[in-house]
Order: sequence, then C-alpha cells, then structure tokens
Amino acid sequence: MKTSSIIVLITIAAAIGVLLMYSVDFSTYDTIGSAKQKQGKYVHLIAKLDKSKPLHYDAIKDPNYLSFYAIDSLGTSTQVIYRNTKPPELEQSERVVLKGKMVGNIFECDNILLKCPSKYKDDKKQLEKTVTQY
Amino acid sequence: MKFEGEHLLPGQIGHFFVLLAFVTSIISAISYFRASSITLESDKRSWILFARGAFFIQLISLLSVFFIIYYICSHHYFEYLYAYKHASKELEAKYLLACIWEGQEGSFILWSLWHCVLGSILIFTAKKREAPIMGVISVAQCILLVMIVGIYIYDVRIGSSPFVLTRNEIEGPIFSQPGYLSFIKDGIGLNVLLRNYWMVIHPPILFLGFASTIVPLGFAYSSLSTKNFGDWVKPALPWVLFSGCVLGVGIMMGGKWAYESLSFGGYWAWDPVENAALVPWMILISGLHCMAVYNATGNALKASYLFIIFSYFFVLYSTFLTRTGILGDTSVHSFTEAGMAMNILIGIYVIAITLPMLFLFVKNFKRIPSINKEENISSREFWMFIGSLIFFLAALFIIAVTSLPVYNKIFGTNYADPQDREFTYNKVLVLIAFIVGVLTALSQYFKYRNTNKGYLFKKTALPLCMAVIISVLLIIFYPVEYTKKGPGFLVAIYLALFASIFSVIANAAYLKTVLKGNVKAGGGAIAHLGFTLMIAGMLISSGNKQVISDNRKTGLFIPFDKDPTGREPNNPLENLTLLKDVPTQMGKYMVTYLSDSGALEKNRIFYKIHFQKIDSATKSVKEDFELKPDVYRMKDNNLSSNPGTRHYLSHDVFTYISTTSVKSDNEEAIKFKIHEMATGDTVFSSKGFFILNGVLKNPDNERFHFKPSDTALVADITVYGQDGTRYNAYPALTISNQQINYIDDTIARQNLYLNLAGLANNKKFKIGVKESDTLTDFITLKAYVFPHINLVWAGLLIMACGFIVSIGRRTKAANYITLLSVISVLAALFYIFLIANN
Repeated sequence: MKTSSIIVLITIAAAIGVLLMYSVDFSTYDTIGSAKQKQGKYVHLIAKLDKSKPLHYDAIKDPNYLSFYAIDSLGTSTQVIYRNTKPPELEQSERVVLKGKMVGNIFECDNILLKCPSKYKDDKKQLEKTVTQY
Repeated sequence: MKFEGEHLLPGQIGHFFVLLAFVTSIISAISYFRASSITLESDKRSWILFARGAFFIQLISLLSVFFIIYYICSHHYFEYLYAYKHASKELEAKYLLACIWEGQEGSFILWSLWHCVLGSILIFTAKKREAPIMGVISVAQCILLVMIVGIYIYDVRIGSSPFVLTRNEIEGPIFSQPGYLSFIKDGIGLNVLLRNYWMVIHPPILFLGFASTIVPLGFAYSSLSTKNFGDWVKPALPWVLFSGCVLGVGIMMGGKWAYESLSFGGYWAWDPVENAALVPWMILISGLHCMAVYNATGNALKASYLFIIFSYFFVLYSTFLTRTGILGDTSVHSFTEAGMAMNILIGIYVIAITLPMLFLFVKNFKRIPSINKEENISSREFWMFIGSLIFFLAALFIIAVTSLPVYNKIFGTNYADPQDREFTYNKVLVLIAFIVGVLTALSQYFKYRNTNKGYLFKKTALPLCMAVIISVLLIIFYPVEYTKKGPGFLVAIYLALFASIFSVIANAAYLKTVLKGNVKAGGGAIAHLGFTLMIAGMLISSGNKQVISDNRKTGLFIPFDKDPTGREPNNPLENLTLLKDVPTQMGKYMVTYLSDSGALEKNRIFYKIHFQKIDSATKSVKEDFELKPDVYRMKDNNLSSNPGTRHYLSHDVFTYISTTSVKSDNEEAIKFKIHEMATGDTVFSSKGFFILNGVLKNPDNERFHFKPSDTALVADITVYGQDGTRYNAYPALTISNQQINYIDDTIARQNLYLNLAGLANNKKFKIGVKESDTLTDFITLKAYVFPHINLVWAGLLIMACGFIVSIGRRTKAANYITLLSVISVLAALFYIFLIANN
C-alpha cells in the first residue's frame, strides 16, 4: 500500500472521528444553582444527601418512587425525584453524583452514583474510623 | 513498646523476598541488555546464564511472597494491614485467593508472577531472541516490583509493601496499648460485591492476558534493536494469538460475571473499566491481522510494529485509568485513589516501556522494508488491512470517549458522560459490526495478491443468499424490538445482524467447501465464525432483552396513563414489589415470594421466589420453577444482591432483589423468650401453638441438606394456627470454626420467629420464640428475560478454539497436540462458563 493512500485513509478516518466526537453529546458537571439555570438540560450534579429534610421511599406503595433533598457544596438545596428503588447505601453515602435534569424546582434524576465509605477501604481516614470502633 | 501477640516473622521474610525479587529483576534486566549488546558468543553466553540465574531467583522470591501473603490472610494475622483490609474470619476458604488480588499490591504480584511464567517459557523457546525479549520483560518486572517494594528514600516511600503493619499505617488510640491486637476482633474482609466465584477465576485469566501482551512487544524490540526487520513476525505470531485468545476470554469472563452475579442488568455496559480492557485487545487483533498479511505477502510490516506497540501502550493506559482513581465519578468498579506516588509510578511504567519503543520505531521507520506497489483491490491483504484499520479506529473511538475524565483533569473542564452512555457507543459500533461482519465473511474467499472475480462470486453467492433469507425470516418471525432509539438505529441493528449471520454462514461454508474439512488450516475461519456468532448473539439478546418486572405490563400500583407526575413514556418503571405469599403477575409469569432463609455465611439471606407460567388456552402449567436470588445485608442495612437465574437453552430468566423489608429496631430489640422443651412438648403462642417433634443431627430435609461430616442440630417443629393451618419450621444451629451459628426460622403468617438456642438438662432443648407485629414481609425485585444469550457464550468458545487451532498451525504442532489442546480448553471453558457457578 502506498504512503499516499495510507494518508488519504487516515484523513478520512480522522474526519469521521471528528464528526463522531461532535455527535457525542457530552453532558456537564454542574452545581444545583447552575443546573436551575439550564432547565431541562441533562447535567451531572455532585452533591450530598440533605439529612435535615425528609427522604421518602415506600416500596409497598410504589417501588419506583424515591424523593429526597440534595445539597451541594455551595449550600443550595433541591428536591430530587428518582423513579427507581432507593440505593441501599444512600443514607450512608458521603457524596452522590446525580444524573438528570432540572424541571422547575425538582431535579428529575435517572441515575445515582454513590460514594460510600464502606467501599473505600483504601481511604485511610475511613480505616481509622473502622478500627476505632472496636 | 513491646506489642503482644504479633507475628512479625512472616512479614519480615516476605519483605525480604520482595526486596530480593526487586534487586534480582534489576540484575536480570541489566545482564540481559548487556548480553544483547555483545556480539562475542562466549561473553554473551555467560551474561545470559547470569541473567537467567537472577530471573529464576526472582521467580522463587515472588512465589514466596505470594505464599506468605496467603499465609498471613488465611491465618487472620490482622497486625498486617493487608490481612486486616482484605481478609476476615468468616470468609470462606475459596475466597482467600480472591482477597489477595482484591488489593492493588496483590494484583501487581499476580501480574508479575505471570511475567515470570511467560519468561520461563521464553527462556527455553526464544533462542537467539532470548536476551532482548527477556530484557524488556525484566524492565517491566522492575517497575511492577517498585510498586510493592515499600522502601524509604529521604522520607519518601516508594511503592507500598503488602507487609506493612496495621499499627504503623493507621492511627487510633488502641495502638498505644501493648495488647491492641486483642481489640481487633476481625478484619474488614473481602467486599461483599466481590464474594463471588468469578472473583476467584476472572482476575488471573485477565492478568495473564495483560501480561502476555508484553511478549509480542519483546519480539518487536528484538528486531528493532538488531535491525533484522521482519524476521520477528513469524515466531511472534503464536504469542499474539495466545494473547488474543486469553485476553478475549478474560474480557468476556468479566462480562459473564457482570451478567450473572452483579446486578448491572447485562454483560456489557460500556463502563470505562470494561472499555479499558477491550481496547488493547482490539488493537492486538489489528496487529495480528497485519502480521498475517506480512507473513504472506511482505506488506504491512510498519503497521504490525505500530499496532503491537500501541496495544501494549493501551494495556498500560488502562492500568493508569483503572488504578489511579481518575475514573472516580464515571465508573462503578474501579480502584480508588492510590496516592500520588502510585500515580507517578504507573506514569513511569507507561513512559519507560512504550516511549523508547516508539522512538526506536520512528528512528528506523525509513529502514523498515515495505512494498512500494499499490495493493490490488481484489487481493486479500488489501481487505485485511482495511479491516485492521477499522478495528483500530473503533478502538481509538472507544478510548477517546472513555478518556473524558482525563481531559477534564488536564484541561480543567467539567464535561460529564453523555445522557445515554451505552447508545453513544452502540450507535458507532453497530456500524463497525456491520463492516467487520461483511469483511470477515468475504475476506477468506479472497486470495493473496489477486482474486478471480468469478471465483469470488461463485463461492459467496450461496452464503449471501442464505444470510438474506435468514435475515428476512428473522424480521418476519422474530423481529428485534429495540425501537426506542428510532427506526434508523433499528435498521443499523438489522444490517449488523445480517452481516454477522452472513459471516457465520460464509466461514462455515469456507471450512467445508474451500478447505474441504481441513480444520487444521481453518483457525481463522473458526475464530471469525465464533466472533460473529457472538456479535449476533449480542444483537439479539440485547435488542430483545425484556424487563418483565415492568409495572406497566402488570398494571399494578400506578397505571401508566394515570401517572400523576407526567413522566415520559420511554422511562419504564422497572421494579416490582412482591408481598410475601401474594401471587403477582409479572410478564408471562405468576410469581410468588415464598420464603427467606439464612445461609451458612453470615448476613447472607436467600429468597425463594416461585415462577409459574400457565398457558391461557389450556390452563396447563407450562413452566414451573423457583429462583433463589440472595442478598448480603450488612450491619447498617446496606445490601448487596446476587441474582437468581433460570437457564433455558433459548433464553435466561434473570432476577435480582433491590429492596427488602427491614426488621424494625424495636423488633430487633425484642428478645427471644426461651422455652425448655422435650420432644413432644407443646408451647402456646398468641396465634396458636407449636410442638417440638424432635431434634435431628445433620438432617437432609426440605430446608437443609447437611452432610454427615457437618456439625448441625435442627429442631423439627410443627406450628398449628388457630385457624387450623399447619406449618413446619426448622430452626438450626451449626458449629464451624469453633463458632456457633444460629439459623432461625420464621412462620410469616403467624409472625413467629423460632430459634434453637441450645441444649438444656434432662434431654430438653432450649427453643427461643419471638412474636412480632410487623405487618408484611416484602421484596422489591427486577426481572429480565435475555433471549438467546447462549449464542454469546457459544460464540466465545468457538472463537477461543479458532485461536488455538491457529496457534497449533503456526507452531507446527502435531495434529493430536492441537486436538488435545482444543478439547481440553473447550472442556475447561464450558465448565467455567456454564457449569461451575450454577
């Protein structure tokens, strides 16, 4: 194969690649405040569970409805609705990544990623907590 | 201070061996490089012998390190941080190996042990290339061992040793006491998510795959350093085939694990950790095809070099992605932040091995022979090269999207995953699947250099017609129902499905008509057949995956059209709550949550769920089975669930539990009331009474299946309700590891908990009784049907066989050896994939 044809092929491939990358609709990490500005746009929130406000989940009534409040590092809070089961470690989590979009004042969430102390054995602070429990 | 009860000797011996392995790896690296730069045969010989000595000492040291870690973990020496973090007393013996490779240090040791095994084979087989190849492997060993060497240079710790002591690593008031060990009752233990058969088997295979990719790289280096370009391809081919086989199988083992044991709802989720393993494999396969082209025609040598170097680069890059914690917010299962020092070391690994290789490649670029003649468009090599290039570009696309967290780190941006991550990948790769399907179907029929077009049409017309007919029949009788991404994507799925079917048929026909059943020469055709069968299986099983716990289909709870919150219709409610003993319609099944029972393992609960499918016309029972998904319920009510799956030849019914009813606190607080009962005694409860029929030793009954070698007592109790109902209850106690475990039994209808608390005097037994006022037990579960999932696993097995047949041919192995290898690998994989964990 000639060098010229290789170059042509690579150029075509690169062009396709660039087009594809544009077609990948990346989302963004946002604060609750900035997400409220982007109504209806799909965002990722990094927040934590607001334990001062009620968490509602009743699996017998509706296993696909979870409502709770999340608060971000700037202190803004929002109600979150997640139409799925409650992740078992939600109350123990230190940080949550919520994927979804803001609709009015409610964050419609379709995915929750938890950062939980129990999963993170390599974190020294957590180890200190566990070892002193005894 | 002198601490009591510590066992410091194993750790000291272990650390000595770590250091010894490290030093000998440096010595063998230096000696091998020295040997490869000398031309005088006798000098070269003595350097090689010296390097071999160092290498074997290193092998023995690493084996010792491995056994000492095993010893420490299996003896629960919690004075060692590694045992404290990864082992625990209740951990079953089979998971002791898993807890070694759960940690960073242990998995690096596993990786370097495989380097040792492969190196030992190469010492005996690589002949004149031994010095350069082993030099490369020894350098990799040095870097891997630095990561676990744990020495201090000016207060900076280099690497983390698996033998560090708990009291030195973490701070706590108890460590100021000499007897601190008596306060540490148990280790943290293996993460419950990882307590699984696959955690024992999958990491060693995958690491063998990763470790073996260094061998082709070593061959490439040997030719670049001696300027004997091209002569490395032939001897390296079997090793590339081996890597491709092991890595491919290892990746799909991860898929099988995700499918059957982790509640991700499938075998592939385009998670960064999965992608990071797939990308090196794809590039390796590109390299393999270029090497085959070179071997036959002399073309594509430069591409072979480049792909082999890139494939190793991406092995290291995936190590970087998964082990530095950079994926933190995007992946569900990567290692966490390992500390700055580890990140730097992994960075050094990437740079120290691949950069010099790329440098050598570029420096010699002009001298690497290539054929300056345009390839004929009707030649096999042209299409093989196009296929390799497309596979390579697909791999680059995958890694480019996966690397998003890396861009964020470098450029300080805050981009996140797209809304539908799977679709982002699927919409591109479905087209790749189409192209690869067509290319693998046709390229076998092309001949190297030039193909007669009449021959090509004649041979491929029949398979093409068959594929078209089968595809049309599928569209009519078994359509893909994946409509949520629109008609365009559905058409793409059908195109890919058609191409895969075409390729399966064309490759089968090639084996029969062109090779006339000469299977020995058909490794490529077999592997392509397996690969495209796997793709077809993926398209069908994922395209027609059904969520049968979808509430809209059962009409329970909130009817869809009355949804008060105005949800979007394409967002199904995928969870269903089952009340105990209340039959509920789920898809085609009537399901009933029957009972739950404790297991011998602490905190693990099995839920028995009855499935029944009744033919609506004849009222006869068509299917009737029980699934037993289970959960680990941890101290703070966290739970981790394992699915229960019913396997059929044509589909799997798959279910896992996402929520269970929780015993309320005051209920936990109610103590069992102990009654001393002899056989035949009666005790009254608020809703009836119960009679102790006897106490059995190691019974084999409806609830337990003990063996005569167990130590278990089971009380046989009959409970009578006021309404005349009768139930059997079997509370038990077992003794294992000098610990008594109580396995209680519950009669839900009576809200009655029964417990065998022990023996009393006068042939009486202590029976504990607890009554609760909890209303109902329930579980919430998700259930799927995966149709034709077995095509995926069958395709993988066939592909692995194809690789082995090719290895046999390339190494000129005797027929019976190839046959034996195929049979034994096939049997092993069949057992591992389809039998061992059921």
